[in-house]
Amino acid sequence: MDRRDFLKSTGALSFAIALAGDKLELVSAANAATGQKINAWVSIAADGTVNILSPGAEMGQGSMTSLALIVAEEMDADWSKVKIEFAPAEVNVYGYTFQNAKGMAIVGSRAVMLYFNDLRTAGAQVRKVLVANAAQKWGVDASSLTTEPGFVVDGSGRKLSYGEIASFATVPSPLPTVDKSELKTKDQHRLIGKATPRRDIPAKVNGSAQYAMDVQLPGMVYATVRHAPVHGAAPESWNEAKVKAMKGVIRTVKLPDGVAVIATSLPAAMAARNALEVKWNKGAAAGYDSEAALMKTYEQVHADPAAKTQTLEAKGDAKAAFSNAAKVYKAEFRSDYGYHAQMEPLNAVARLNDAGNHIEVWEGTQDPASSRTAIADAIGFKEDQVTLHQCYMGGGFGRRSLGDYSAEAARIAKEAKRPVKLVWTREEDMQYGMFRPQSFQCLQAAQDASGKVVGWSHCVVGDGGVLLQTGIRPIYYQIPNTHIESRGTSHGIRLKHWRGVGHVFNVFAIESLVDQMAVDANMDPIEFRLERMNPTPRARAVFEKVRDLSNWNTPRPEGRALGVSVSERSGSLGAGVAEVSIDKSTGKIKVHKAWVAVDGGLVVQPEMARRNIESGILYGVSSVLHERVTIKEGAVQQSNFHDYHVLRMSDIPETMEVAFVDRDAAPSGLGEIGNPWVAAAVASAVFRLTGKRLYHMPFTPERVKATLSA
Amino acid sequence: MVRFTLNGKPVSAQSEDSTPLLWVIRDELKLTGTKYGCGVAQCGACTVHIDGKAVRSCVTTVGSVKGAKVTTIEGLAPNASHPLQKAWIAEQVPQCGYCQSGQIMKAAELLAANPKPSRTDIVSHMDGNICRCGTYHRIIAAIERASKEA
Repeated sequence: MDRRDFLKSTGALSFAIALAGDKLELVSAANAATGQKINAWVSIAADGTVNILSPGAEMGQGSMTSLALIVAEEMDADWSKVKIEFAPAEVNVYGYTFQNAKGMAIVGSRAVMLYFNDLRTAGAQVRKVLVANAAQKWGVDASSLTTEPGFVVDGSGRKLSYGEIASFATVPSPLPTVDKSELKTKDQHRLIGKATPRRDIPAKVNGSAQYAMDVQLPGMVYATVRHAPVHGAAPESWNEAKVKAMKGVIRTVKLPDGVAVIATSLPAAMAARNALEVKWNKGAAAGYDSEAALMKTYEQVHADPAAKTQTLEAKGDAKAAFSNAAKVYKAEFRSDYGYHAQMEPLNAVARLNDAGNHIEVWEGTQDPASSRTAIADAIGFKEDQVTLHQCYMGGGFGRRSLGDYSAEAARIAKEAKRPVKLVWTREEDMQYGMFRPQSFQCLQAAQDASGKVVGWSHCVVGDGGVLLQTGIRPIYYQIPNTHIESRGTSHGIRLKHWRGVGHVFNVFAIESLVDQMAVDANMDPIEFRLERMNPTPRARAVFEKVRDLSNWNTPRPEGRALGVSVSERSGSLGAGVAEVSIDKSTGKIKVHKAWVAVDGGLVVQPEMARRNIESGILYGVSSVLHERVTIKEGAVQQSNFHDYHVLRMSDIPETMEVAFVDRDAAPSGLGEIGNPWVAAAVASAVFRLTGKRLYHMPFTPERVKATLSA
Repeated sequence: MVRFTLNGKPVSAQSEDSTPLLWVIRDELKLTGTKYGCGVAQCGACTVHIDGKAVRSCVTTVGSVKGAKVTTIEGLAPNASHPLQKAWIAEQVPQCGYCQSGQIMKAAELLAANPKPSRTDIVSHMDGNICRCGTYHRIIAAIERASKEA
């Protein structure tokens, strides 16, 4: 049901709260119904139904539910009467403010963190208006009234339901302000911090959840694309006649980076794609060999004084710290390209209107606002000529925030002049992926005479700019002298944020070097961090918590060892312990158990957050042990799940435990705190078992075997 | 034209015999709970039952199901009342949810043959179904719950 229908069908809707520009505005139902462009966060119907728009793009992390729940909490709504819909792609209305800009991108696991204050203020304002209206009706002072879920109540037991109030309420302009002190405190929460079920789950067990993949439109045709195998190449010519003659094929469409086939069915389009023979021009990635770059070129870039260098942090006097050091440690680490492998291959549905001046696109997107822009740009439209319908995402993990495939669907629909469902094959999704960059890391640490780490340098080399740089500052340690830099080169390979971004390989390097120093000092690795790394109080707390959680000091079964590591991400901090064994004859590593202690401030939906962090742990284990994209002659070598191995049920740890540090602070991001710690913890455990350290992730059996026999 | 039974109702598909059942179910017969994940029987998102046996519909031709009973997630039980579907909700299994129709269909095959599976039974039966969100532990818990409560 769209919101307009909702308004019509309830009839008695009497007010709506809208965010206009930076301010919340309360508008009357009359205004809402008479076409004045109103976008309400909250509408209340006479029957008590509360409609909350959620800007939380839903890719499995649960934000759709938790953002609505934050509003419902402050307004004291009856959760059973709350209905949730996706907010429209209107960034000025529904965007959060981050780094001085408006955005709707649900990335960096920051949905709850960035929307928390706006949404609870909105909820509190709704509650205030409801209370004021009840007070007026009863002729009492508003301060004598309280609320319980769905009702305003007074001391004598009189009650008015929110629905009843909605039928007579008037709305002050401007809206009542809400002081921070009026917001609920933690002990007053009825919904936040409780195990409230996710709203999207029932539809996900009966097949009714709508992904863009599932959208069906009258007269719809199907398209798929063959993209340039060498990233950056464009099509010059192709066997149009042969392909067009194939059964069900309607036509082909030239795209900037590929050739689309439109057909009456998807299997027909896919068969035609397989039959396409395309002549490509020379792409940016022509001739590129990823292994040669990683094993050789990056070392040259690192050694080249003329290389493009960006200093990311320079604290104190790192040079002096190293020249005065009692001991200096050095290590180099490498990490391969990673692929998102979300289960739903990229797809979008597009429909141009008959007049050819408006397009609707159905997409599951992490960033509806960017999608709208990308679609408009692709077909020469203004943004107000684009309507974006948000759908559930079959996984996102950072891949789905550009709108590139919905822009592609729009281009194709414009040519087809019919509604088109564009579906990438898994092979396209993988080979024309946007990857977590590969990287080469050089680290040094300086210890003073007491063994304390007082100097730190870290250089990351690769292609990817900011994608290389996140997580490189070890902000959980208070090291007085640091020099941190990145050195860039370019390969023309498509790159993208990948759950945890640069944290994945940067934390691997940082925490592996710390472990190396702990081993050398003959100290317990947690003790070493607490004594020698000068951790922040928050870091100390998560280390201590995970030490207890994992029974760190209890001996493990023969053949197993523990490794520990820490990571920050989007304001959260997490320390993890992995219990690991290794089959030395095959090089196969097994993670048996994992424990993570997380400081994420206030946890809005603890059960959901726990699952999200568990998801991160497995994403981490999968990438650390298996996942690897390689590129030869500019083309990706892997093509489907048979040669890009992701974790399966037989690979999972026996148990995972997640615990939250209780800290009274605003929520921070939790979706990516689960994976970046895994690599160093596993590598450190392997060192305990074998005396050999792994410096290159993923730790595939072949690579591990080679390390063990070296 | 191929006639078969889909979720208890007779249907006739116009697609050619060689068309993968997945696309016939989704695009011709409009039941979209069964998902496309890899197209080459590597992930299990497209799992349906043919005469009670879990198969990958992406590599099963519609011609091969002539006269057979095909069941999809939509037809597993009236009103999603299968013990597994209830357990899936109780354990809050799905995250992105895209693989879950396939997971449930695969698990339903297991419970039909082995009502009290061990964890080892569960893992070896379910190992071919990928969940990229990593809900595997919750899937195991839900199968165990359904096994107890059924």
